[in-house]
Amino acid sequence: MALRSDLGKVRGLGSAKSGTHHFVLQRLTAIALVLFITFMMASLLSHVASDYGTVAAWLHQPLVALVVGLFVLTAFFHLKLGLQVVIEDYVHTTATKIMSLVALNFFAVLGGGFGLLCVLKIALGS
Amino acid sequence: MPDIPPQRPVSRPLSPHLQIYRWGWHMAASIMHRATGIALATGGSLLMLYWLGAIASGPSRYEVFHRLASSWFGQLVLLGFTFVIFQHMLLGLHHLYLDTGRGYEIRENRLLSIACFAGAGVLTMAVWGLSYSGLV
Repeated sequence: MALRSDLGKVRGLGSAKSGTHHFVLQRLTAIALVLFITFMMASLLSHVASDYGTVAAWLHQPLVALVVGLFVLTAFFHLKLGLQVVIEDYVHTTATKIMSLVALNFFAVLGGGFGLLCVLKIALGS
Repeated sequence: MPDIPPQRPVSRPLSPHLQIYRWGWHMAASIMHRATGIALATGGSLLMLYWLGAIASGPSRYEVFHRLASSWFGQLVLLGFTFVIFQHMLLGLHHLYLDTGRGYEIRENRLLSIACFAGAGVLTMAVWGLSYSGLV
């Protein structure tokens, strides 16, 4: 027996059997970001007085590039999940909501991609 | 069929809303988490991309970034974002704790909310203190 209203069925809303997926990913990326932020704070703090060459050499190290690259991707994934909830909470016009969510996804992928490109350019450059 | 009396506007009390609630630390913590999240997702992420882009673009572009970041306005922005990052991180940890089903008693919730604000302030001062002390 289906416990769904006709309107719910027509609109295709309701359970898609992935109700906690967003919640879990938000928390997972949050835990990762606590570690990344600790690393980034310590790194930035140790480079406040550094010149360009020192900073570039720091980011040129494979392990540092890996961590910073993953930090960028995780941060943009996390902000995509977070802003999505904000949009869903405050934007109630369907068209505006969908366009906002599309724009958010574009921003997140573009930002994450650009950040990763920057890190790779330094890491793989001579 | 009985006559249905015309509907009259009745003034019933509205459900509690932002303007009616008395401000407390727990609700300040809640809205602060969202506000700092939005700030980081927009300004903070772009700032991070500018920093990475400046490094990737070479010494002259990085010099521009460094000059902007070192100006009093740049320092103010960075100080603000340092606090915002720590605030969002500590409130996020508070949320993770709440996710375990603990910490909902008003006393404890209030106490931890205050601790998030205070902790963010302390961490920010520690980072900037170290940064300006010349010890690192």
